[in-house]
Amino acid sequence: MAKRAIRAQGLTKTYGTATVVDHIDLDIKQGEIFGLLGPNGAGKTTTILMLLGLTEPTSGRVGVAGFDPNRDAIAVRETVGYLPDNVGFYDDLTARENLSYTARLNRLDRATGTERMTDLLDHVGLAEVADQRVGTYSRGMRQRLGIADALMKNPSIVVLDEPTAAIDPEGAAEIQRLILSLAHRQSMTVLVSSHLLHQMQLICDRVAIFVAGRIVAQGRPSDLAVETSQGRVALELDADVADGALAAALAPLQASELEAEGGQRWRFSVPANRDDDVTTTLVAAGIKVRQLRRIGDDLDEVYRRYFESTRSRP
Amino acid sequence: MTAADATTDITDSAQQPPVARRRRTAGWRIVARKEMADHVLSARFGILILILGLIGAASVYAAASALRDAVPSLDPALGGVPALFLRLFTVQADPLPFSFVQFVAFIGPPLGIAFGFDSINGERSQSTLPRLVSQPIHRDDVINGKYAAGLGVIAIMLTVVMALVAGYGILRLGIVPSAGEVARMVVWLVVAVAYIGVWLAFAILCSVSTRRAATAALLAFALWLVVIPWLFFSTFAGIAADAVSPTGTTQEEQLSNAKTELALLRLSPYYVFQESTAVLLDPEVGALGVLTPEQVDRALLSELSLTDSILVAWPQITALLAATVVVFAVSYVVFMRQEIRA
Repeated sequence: MAKRAIRAQGLTKTYGTATVVDHIDLDIKQGEIFGLLGPNGAGKTTTILMLLGLTEPTSGRVGVAGFDPNRDAIAVRETVGYLPDNVGFYDDLTARENLSYTARLNRLDRATGTERMTDLLDHVGLAEVADQRVGTYSRGMRQRLGIADALMKNPSIVVLDEPTAAIDPEGAAEIQRLILSLAHRQSMTVLVSSHLLHQMQLICDRVAIFVAGRIVAQGRPSDLAVETSQGRVALELDADVADGALAAALAPLQASELEAEGGQRWRFSVPANRDDDVTTTLVAAGIKVRQLRRIGDDLDEVYRRYFESTRSRP
Repeated sequence: MTAADATTDITDSAQQPPVARRRRTAGWRIVARKEMADHVLSARFGILILILGLIGAASVYAAASALRDAVPSLDPALGGVPALFLRLFTVQADPLPFSFVQFVAFIGPPLGIAFGFDSINGERSQSTLPRLVSQPIHRDDVINGKYAAGLGVIAIMLTVVMALVAGYGILRLGIVPSAGEVARMVVWLVVAVAYIGVWLAFAILCSVSTRRAATAALLAFALWLVVIPWLFFSTFAGIAADAVSPTGTTQEEQLSNAKTELALLRLSPYYVFQESTAVLLDPEVGALGVLTPEQVDRALLSELSLTDSILVAWPQITALLAATVVVFAVSYVVFMRQEIRA
């Protein structure tokens, strides 16, 4: 069994009468990219602060890299790199000066600090501008500098709070690449929070969906999609066939009614366990398949359903 | 499964057990060093040291001129003036309306405020606070480091200015301070830093409890400007004292009136600092507080040793240190109870 990086049980935070985080359970394995997904104000950042020992939980238990953040906060902060939501730097200092302060706070000796700084600035593509004041940086550059900053301590766990918020798509793609390389090349555990679901589903091994302080679903993005679609998989087919023939061919698979999309394209759904049989069945029936793809399993859809179901509750 | 087992279960599936960590630099030192560097390189440091230096030199220039005129007329047979060099700092002479120490007493509050008003909310407005406290340091290292850095910068500033001004005084006056006088100056510097430390701590309190640096600065200056009339124009305390215990004709009544007034004046760090200055920089001052004409008349004029002077001013010195500690403690507690993401 893979080692456990982060674990929370019944974690709860209340402010006065408002419950911001409501009995959440997390179990994140080492080397995993785990996504906390949900709208702003769902309790993602509060959860992260509790994991880092920066906010005390009202109740529940947490273990991060084997330490209790409330008793051994320093040990947790030695092993966990953190990129806060809307990360800030000392604008009057250069990127190098900002990172070197982080190096000193982590008690890196000068040589190690400088070496790691140079590596990381190069890795996040800021080597050229490393001696400019951070005040001149764009939002995307700050975000990348924030990732370099979180990695200065050479952490085994990285926590990234909204790393792709408010930056352009190209910048976001760059950050996604960085996150993937962290987890896959350097086998770090990455906990990433975001409200941008489609971006996260591309990189996360598992996700937890937050709505109003609770985790309403947890698992692999594709599994969650199946779960919400009542065990059925939606498909889009582009094939050289007539309506009737197609319906007849798909009948044994308990397929739904065909929805014509115009041209020779149809949408339908089959039970999740018959998913793999669709192609063989069609080919066996002599239907020339131009394209067959799964639809509706992206997280936006999943998330929308969960959010609606929670909101419609009295 | 017991509760203890559950905790072990949740925290001990770890990569490594907590190993004995080697001794390392305290977090507050790292924060303080960075803050000091920021302060010293900042424009406000340059401007303040320039103002302090220029006005300090001007006051010493005026004092030196006055002393040069007055001293030759004193009869050396009478033993001259004790601790003449220190008079450079305490004598007020035209055209300036204040002596060097009065100037320091006046500039102290703005100086303390200048190095503290944006200490915590500056981190908040740049959103650097979450990043800072997620490093392996304790949360109080942040505020301790900032306070230490502020005190350090103020100490450096005062020492540099005092040394420069003293050097200038040596040239103007042609006398060199004795070891005893230098020791008095050093003790006075420590007390001056404690006095300014009260205001620094107050400014940090403002910066902890307000969101914007400008609000904090206004708040701190507002309090200073309310306190100032109280201190500078002692008539204020006089009126208040008259209301509490009216002056009468008997000595008892006058004495109690004077004591009330003094008690009111001593509520402010300014007055307490002035009192300690008077004792520390003048070996001939042997008592503080209300003295009856008889007491003054019968007092023997003698020079106190530095230890005796410190003893006389001890209540004042401890009061200043206590005020610094108390105000800082309040801001410490407020800061520790705050949410990081406020």
